[in-house]
Amino acid sequence: MSKVIHAFYTDDDLVLEAVKEARSANYKVREVFCPFPVHGLDKAMGLKPTRLAITSFLYGLAGLAFAIWMTNYMMIVDWPQNIGGKPSFSWWQNMPSFVVVMFELTVFFAGHFMVITFYLRSRIWPFKKAENPDPRTTDDHFLMEVELEGDHDTEEITKFLSSTGAVEINILNE
Amino acid sequence: MFKLPGNLKVLSLILIVLGAIGIAYGFMTTPSNTEEVKEIVAAQQAKSNELRLNEDQKIDELHQSGFAEKSRQYSDEVDFTKDQSKLDKALHQLKARPWAATFIGAFFFFMIALGALVFQAIQHVSEAGWSPLLFRVMEAIHKYVLPGSIIVAIIVLLVGTYFYPWMNPDLVAQDEVLQGKSVYLNKPGFIVRLVIYLLIWNVYRHFMTKNSLAQSDMTDYTYTKKNYNISVVFLILFGLSESTMVWDWFMSMQPHWYSAMYAWYLFASLFVCGITVIAITTIYLKRKGHLDFINDSHIHDLAKYIFAFSIFWTYLWFSQFMLIWYANIPEEASYFVLRLQNYKLSFLLPLILNFVFPILILMSSDFKRIPWFTEFVGIVLLIGHYMSLYNMVVPSTVGLYGSFGIPEIAGLIFFLGLFILIVGTALGKVPLKPEGSPYMKESENFEY
Repeated sequence: MSKVIHAFYTDDDLVLEAVKEARSANYKVREVFCPFPVHGLDKAMGLKPTRLAITSFLYGLAGLAFAIWMTNYMMIVDWPQNIGGKPSFSWWQNMPSFVVVMFELTVFFAGHFMVITFYLRSRIWPFKKAENPDPRTTDDHFLMEVELEGDHDTEEITKFLSSTGAVEINILNE
Repeated sequence: MFKLPGNLKVLSLILIVLGAIGIAYGFMTTPSNTEEVKEIVAAQQAKSNELRLNEDQKIDELHQSGFAEKSRQYSDEVDFTKDQSKLDKALHQLKARPWAATFIGAFFFFMIALGALVFQAIQHVSEAGWSPLLFRVMEAIHKYVLPGSIIVAIIVLLVGTYFYPWMNPDLVAQDEVLQGKSVYLNKPGFIVRLVIYLLIWNVYRHFMTKNSLAQSDMTDYTYTKKNYNISVVFLILFGLSESTMVWDWFMSMQPHWYSAMYAWYLFASLFVCGITVIAITTIYLKRKGHLDFINDSHIHDLAKYIFAFSIFWTYLWFSQFMLIWYANIPEEASYFVLRLQNYKLSFLLPLILNFVFPILILMSSDFKRIPWFTEFVGIVLLIGHYMSLYNMVVPSTVGLYGSFGIPEIAGLIFFLGLFILIVGTALGKVPLKPEGSPYMKESENFEY
């Protein structure tokens, strides 16, 4: 049976330092819950760099392609109209009028699909029960979740975590 | 302490000498009378006739023979060289060429320095925590504001009607539009405004640099607060003076034409170039081992600024173009018609160099941390913005006779040499690590 320790902190700098110390003392930091994003925490926890930016770029390209196809079909192929005498017979010559559409759809696709990808990747959806173990982490507390494998001296780790500035330490069985 | 290396110093002196010879050559080889203009025009026409013959052959192959000749009849009747007023105009434009070539070079390096000055003013006003370590680099770059602004001012004062047709009283007498604009576009006003611009930029630069250096020996933050206050005032005055400067020095080259975007468009160029040169200088000094306290995150931040303001430049370029293209009002469209027909390269290439190129290369955050990548993009951007400046000046002043030859290259290298010499010497005057700023600790530990 493995044990999980929840250590609470009240300052973002403290929790960042605690994560670094715990990792260098060979404890396994499983997760950190924060009320707001803490810079450098991902590096301190040793998380892999995100690939979300690459997906966003690809979605942007898809949006651009969609906009080109859409403006061409609507304004040139299907229903050409004479608007201010602009060339309605050629997409390329009328391109400046479509740049705004192209820009907006690129941003729209890149933004929205990146967020949706983020939701899917983090497994969150509407009405999902919150995973954070303590509601105080949404207010003013930071929680570091340390996983204990095998036989660990709980006394020792409690002492260690107190020395890193934890204000509350809970040991749970999983 | 940094010292401008001997080879760079020699290089800059060579550039200055070569540039000066080239500029003098440019002024001496302009045609002095309409006879020479006739020869130039004849040579140009011979070239275009050759092109036309090729084209005619193709048209004749497509249609029945003789079709092209018939359609050309009208244009043959208009012989350019027989019209004295047109010849005079051509002579005037050809004489403007060395002026334009020198002015572009002078203004290009001046605007880099001015961009760095505005950038530092923004750092003071926003009380930025990441940038104080770069202050000495910025201060060295905007040291060039003083000589640069004086040279540019001398050029625009001497150039007269070669750039600014509204300075010709005969023309204004028969032009109702120019009479209406003469409330603003008149010589005394032009000179008064020019003096005011020079005062605003140079006085601010003098006191801001002085305060910034004085802060190093202080234990309290009096000078940082002072710099905050004067920078706020400067940014307001700069916004106003930069707008009217662009109307005065650039927009009035085609006095009938106007665009509300023009001042911002040039500002975007100015700002990007300033930041780019700050980045390139920082990387150069760091490589030489003079800026060990600068880390990757500082370079990364500068690259982010370059990326963002390149997009800002494109936004203004396109907004200006699209509104005029869509509305298609003759007096507005004339600006773009001239450039699209005769200056395709300098009109369209900056769009690739200043937008497509940086957006694709600087998008990845890892690439921004590779110094030579940022340097490479920076140099391409500077070329692109030089072209965009060329495109603002040359078609308006030299008309159809603009090209890129010895006068243009000379104008560029002369001021490049002067810029390297002045900035390099200024870098060696003071220790490159600023002290005493309240944000120094934050800047040293800056990590993105």
